[in-house]
Amino acid sequence: MTSVCTIFQREINNYFLSPIAYVVIAVFTVFSGYFFSVMLGITQETTLRYSLAYTQFILSILTPVITMRLLAEENKTGTIEPLMTAPITDFEVVFGKFLSAWALYNIMVVPTAFYIIFLAWVGSPDYGAIIASYVGIILMGGLFVSIGLLVSAITKNQIVAAVIGIVALLILLVIGLASSGNEGWFYSSLRYIGTYDHWDTFTKGIIDTRDVIYYVSFTALLIFIVVRIVESRRWR
Amino acid sequence: MIKVDHLAKRYADVYAVNDISFEVHQGEILGLLGPNGAGKTTTMRILTGYMPATSGSATVAGYDVFRDSIDVRRQIGYLPENVPLYPEMRVSEYLSFRAKLKKVPYRERKKKIGESIEKCRIVEVKDQIIGTLSKGYRQRVGLADTLVHDPKILILDEPTIGLDPNQIRQVRQLIKELGEKHTILLSTHILPEVEMICGRVIIINKGKIVAMDTPLNLAHQLRSGNNILLEVRGDGEKIKNTLSTIRGVKKVVWQGNGGVNNYTVEAEGGMDIREDIFSNIVKNSGVIREMKQAPVTLEEIFHQITTQEQEVTI
Repeated sequence: MTSVCTIFQREINNYFLSPIAYVVIAVFTVFSGYFFSVMLGITQETTLRYSLAYTQFILSILTPVITMRLLAEENKTGTIEPLMTAPITDFEVVFGKFLSAWALYNIMVVPTAFYIIFLAWVGSPDYGAIIASYVGIILMGGLFVSIGLLVSAITKNQIVAAVIGIVALLILLVIGLASSGNEGWFYSSLRYIGTYDHWDTFTKGIIDTRDVIYYVSFTALLIFIVVRIVESRRWR
Repeated sequence: MIKVDHLAKRYADVYAVNDISFEVHQGEILGLLGPNGAGKTTTMRILTGYMPATSGSATVAGYDVFRDSIDVRRQIGYLPENVPLYPEMRVSEYLSFRAKLKKVPYRERKKKIGESIEKCRIVEVKDQIIGTLSKGYRQRVGLADTLVHDPKILILDEPTIGLDPNQIRQVRQLIKELGEKHTILLSTHILPEVEMICGRVIIINKGKIVAMDTPLNLAHQLRSGNNILLEVRGDGEKIKNTLSTIRGVKKVVWQGNGGVNNYTVEAEGGMDIREDIFSNIVKNSGVIREMKQAPVTLEEIFHQITTQEQEVTI
């Protein structure tokens, strides 16, 4: 576990040494603030629910930017070699990197707390729904980060990693969104695979075990696959 | 310390390393010598647990490299080719990251980092960002990293590649000093380097070991081409003919310009014919301006061995 901490620490420092962390946080704050104010103006409701629907879209674009360099850079510069010949397991490397990106994702979301303060000032928001939404954001972050990490593991090029990651996340978002309102096993399974429906439950203020299991198991599966990919250099 | 037994590594249908066996003894500096693509890096990567072998086995300090990979890695300080480092980190930061990764206990960490910084003479750059360092300093930062957990064995892949002559000298000196405390396996394709630092050499070509001995013995072994270089003033043609009559001479090459002639006399191995040459030339009223034995360098041996091998395989 200490090795996971070591990797985590280095990656977090790296985020804040490079402009990535600041750019991502700034972009997220600007766009989420814009959607918050616009949706508030339209609906006149003291809730985060409507603006969060758009927030998911921004997160799909920004999360791959956070994760793009995690493994792609190590593959490209060859630093993967000294890293993997240190007494550390592949899982520890992957998990440490996953945690660091997830942490930055959560830090990125922190400024949205201001909107809650604002809502509390102008009216009386439903705190239960807000807490559930944040649980949803955090769990969804785990999934997004693990998808980004997976893409970063299979390429040496950070830009490719970011673009494929964004496309993958948007597909995951759209398949759920596009099939809502349709009946039949096909659409309902698409809705289950897509993130939109699961996320929607959280923003309504419901923490459903099924959705929690969806995010946690999907994330765990992806981390497992990433470890296998990192390991694959051994049998390629 | 390192024992390699019938090791082989295959990529698709090409054998990068094909059935090699050797041992590195405690306290020894062993050089792995070979042309580019001979399988040096692959061998080292297998030993450091970066990739497994297709067949065969290897143990490092008693641990099997496949089964006890993590234990093996604790015993080894590995410097990969081209020394990949994180360019955005400071030198001391990087070393402390590496020390933590290598599980150097918290209390000793500062001391160990300080020691390796001092040994590798990078004190003056320890607060600099790695990305701004010159190649020579980077190389030494890499070396400091290999030393930070005080491993018994150092595996250095092309440690002097891409350095300028002064830096090469410094790094070689450093490796020699490290050899006093550590067992070292290093690879290179530069021959004088091996002659200077290694106690023993393994020459590999196309994934196979073609020679293994001390640099000096290798030179002796292959001294069949016993060449003597001459510079003589006198009748070129006549002297050439008289040289050919000396017992043990295989071939005489004559290059004349004006009164001064240059000869390369190739004698049979093990025979010293210099005195015969002297008396023969004097008899033919030649004046010897220079006579010397052409030293057989590792370079020739290397060339000889690796090209012989080629002829056999074709």
